[in-house]
Amino acid sequence: MYKYDSYDQAMVDARVAEFRDQTARRLSGKLSEAQFRPLRLMNGLYLQLHAYMLRVAIPYGTLNAAQLRVLADIAERYDRGYGHFTTRQNIQYNWIKLAEAPDILADLARVEMHAIQTSGNCIRNISADHYAGAAADEVTDPRPYAELLRQWSSFHPEFLALPRKFKIAVIASAADRAAMRLHDIGIRIVKLAGGELGAEFYAGGGMGRTPMIAPLIRPFVPIDQFVTYAEAILRVYNRHGRRDNKYKARIKILVHELGAEAFTNAIEAEFAHLQTLNIEPPAAELARIAAHFAPPPFDADAPAEVAFADEAVAQWVRANTHPHRHAGYVSATISLKPLDTNGKAGIPGDASAAQIRVIADCAQRFSFDEARVTHAQNIVLPHVRKADLPALHAALAAADLATANLDAITDIIACPGLDYCSLANARSIPIAQAIAERMAPKAAAIGELKLKISGCINACGHHHAGHIGILGVDRKGTENYQLLLGGSEAADTSLAQITGPGFDEAGIVKAVDRATAHYLSQRQAGERFLDTYRRLGMASFKEAVYG
Amino acid sequence: MKILTGNDLRTGAVVWWDGAGWALHVEEAAEVHEAEALIAAEEAARRVVGAYAIEATRDGVAGSLRGIRPAHIKDRIRALGPTVRPDLTLKPADPNCGNWVI
Amino acid sequence: MAEFSFRFRDDADDLGQVADPGITVDAFAAQTNATAVRLEPGDDARALLPHLARLRLVEINFPAFTDGRGYTAARTLREAGYAGELRAVGDIGVDQLWQVRRCGFDAIAPDTPLDPADAAAALGRWPFAYHPAADDAAPIWARRHGAG
Repeated sequence: MYKYDSYDQAMVDARVAEFRDQTARRLSGKLSEAQFRPLRLMNGLYLQLHAYMLRVAIPYGTLNAAQLRVLADIAERYDRGYGHFTTRQNIQYNWIKLAEAPDILADLARVEMHAIQTSGNCIRNISADHYAGAAADEVTDPRPYAELLRQWSSFHPEFLALPRKFKIAVIASAADRAAMRLHDIGIRIVKLAGGELGAEFYAGGGMGRTPMIAPLIRPFVPIDQFVTYAEAILRVYNRHGRRDNKYKARIKILVHELGAEAFTNAIEAEFAHLQTLNIEPPAAELARIAAHFAPPPFDADAPAEVAFADEAVAQWVRANTHPHRHAGYVSATISLKPLDTNGKAGIPGDASAAQIRVIADCAQRFSFDEARVTHAQNIVLPHVRKADLPALHAALAAADLATANLDAITDIIACPGLDYCSLANARSIPIAQAIAERMAPKAAAIGELKLKISGCINACGHHHAGHIGILGVDRKGTENYQLLLGGSEAADTSLAQITGPGFDEAGIVKAVDRATAHYLSQRQAGERFLDTYRRLGMASFKEAVYG
Repeated sequence: MKILTGNDLRTGAVVWWDGAGWALHVEEAAEVHEAEALIAAEEAARRVVGAYAIEATRDGVAGSLRGIRPAHIKDRIRALGPTVRPDLTLKPADPNCGNWVI
Repeated sequence: MAEFSFRFRDDADDLGQVADPGITVDAFAAQTNATAVRLEPGDDARALLPHLARLRLVEINFPAFTDGRGYTAARTLREAGYAGELRAVGDIGVDQLWQVRRCGFDAIAPDTPLDPADAAAALGRWPFAYHPAADDAAPIWARRHGAG
């Protein structure tokens, strides 16, 4: 993975000094809250329901054991002993004191981490495929390109006061494992028949109040111009994005209002101009970065066929591992949606300091010192020898990290909701727990079902992209939950549709049970829930849910 | 009645105007009548950030957070802590406090 | 006009600071003797490109520091070769100074006076930059590969 050179370190260190100075000026009264708020947001610090919340960046979800251990230390020293992994591959701490935030940033800087631009109206964390560098179907590892974009977007002086937040995802396979088309810019690296690399550019996707799937803007930008193309999109957005209405300020609204064709023309004109200015980092810079992402020294003798005598191990391997380009290896998912032996569900995406240290040890021992955070709020160890899976499983099981539920109905994505977030209208975590506990006995029979819960219309739980999506709303002061069906974040991207009137907490759990029971009774061979829904349609499921 | 709530600028802790200063426990909240002027003065003095007025009722009924009950569930969660982590709330020893929120 | 303002130009070449405030973009094209213009956030700086030769001062207004359209306007003008004074006016605080300079402004006249010590610290904070700017040292990627 990428290692800072002295330039990168100098920039992160300067940022810590800057924020320390800004915090001191806020506490002394030199800066008002109105002046300070955008500054602290651009260092990931929110004023939240219970305290300040700090969102630490995990660039394209990749981190190593030393970094994980510092994240655990921060949880214990400055917070209440745990962290929350998010749908944008970051980690959040919920109980932060403003006065201590500069010290936390200094601790992070010592292990090449930061909270730069994880909030605010600027370019946010660049996300990528959590199987990058391991998946057999990728054209190339997308992360060097994500790292180029990270450096390009960091402190970009023209784009620090955008109309609204800006999120970019990069993938390099036909399969979309990063919800790419639901981002402000989505990039798919592709390779032409002659071997030339380029970038497919999508723009104007997003969830929130008005979910939209990004249209294709340009099918092929030569890879040695892709940063310039991204800059062209950002400039058009900064110039023309709406600033009169916060709820209409994302680039998806601009694309929608101009129309994809007029929008594309504006980008192409700006791109033509920018190409004359030599702003693209040279090929040597990409090569320098890519060298950090060279494949690890795989064991050539690692056996491809391994039998697992222990049924618990075998079940976990079947559920939670993904094929690797090297036959003797897999990518293994550590579920942060635990179900204990009594069937009690934990809090989706949360990990205690002790658990984070176990993950660090496992990454170091079993995965060439590398782990990934996924946008489904789980952790992936990308390169695990099949022969090591029993030992890995044992280490995880001892820390309640071995729940075998990847992409099952109990692998729920849930935003923090009203228990933690001042924007929320309803609690999401208790709903996730109740559904997981109710549905656990049927989870194996149901198979793949991506269930996502958001506690408000901002959709941080990505409910629009759920095979089953749940949206919490405030109905005359009471929490109410809407059921949506048929969304997909994969390459067959679709937006979930609402079924009908909302439910209370008990009602939404029953509604999910009825929807899945209908699927089980109607499915044809090989169909997932999503497939049966697409075949039968909303009317069929609506009747099953509402009776 | 109206009461004021906000966060402590330095620590971020949820606080409630108690008539003279900012208290950590909602049961100490005092009724206010000049909310806007008070908020402006306290924020300018940096004794609070993000302060706002809410409706609440005097709730002398059973429940360990008896005394003042914010009208909206969001503020009851702010008063107590996350309902999904009773150990992190202001009343970790009280198994019934979650019921007070709902 | 603020009491404290910042100017980074060498006026030996260009006959000194322009004292008159700029007129609006709409009026500028018609007034062929005018040499100073003022852009609001909604103005398109590209409308000035045919007139760069007679411009000595462009003021770009930031009514709110959170509205960053002025940064694009500034870069657009510098990229087109505008070499006159480019002045940021309005709601500019100490914490915006660095990006204001990097976008090509060489004069700053904020509504509220800036603390000179805070301003100097802000302007001297960053040893390097990831991005190229017209009159600045090489971006980090250039330094890495010998074009320092």
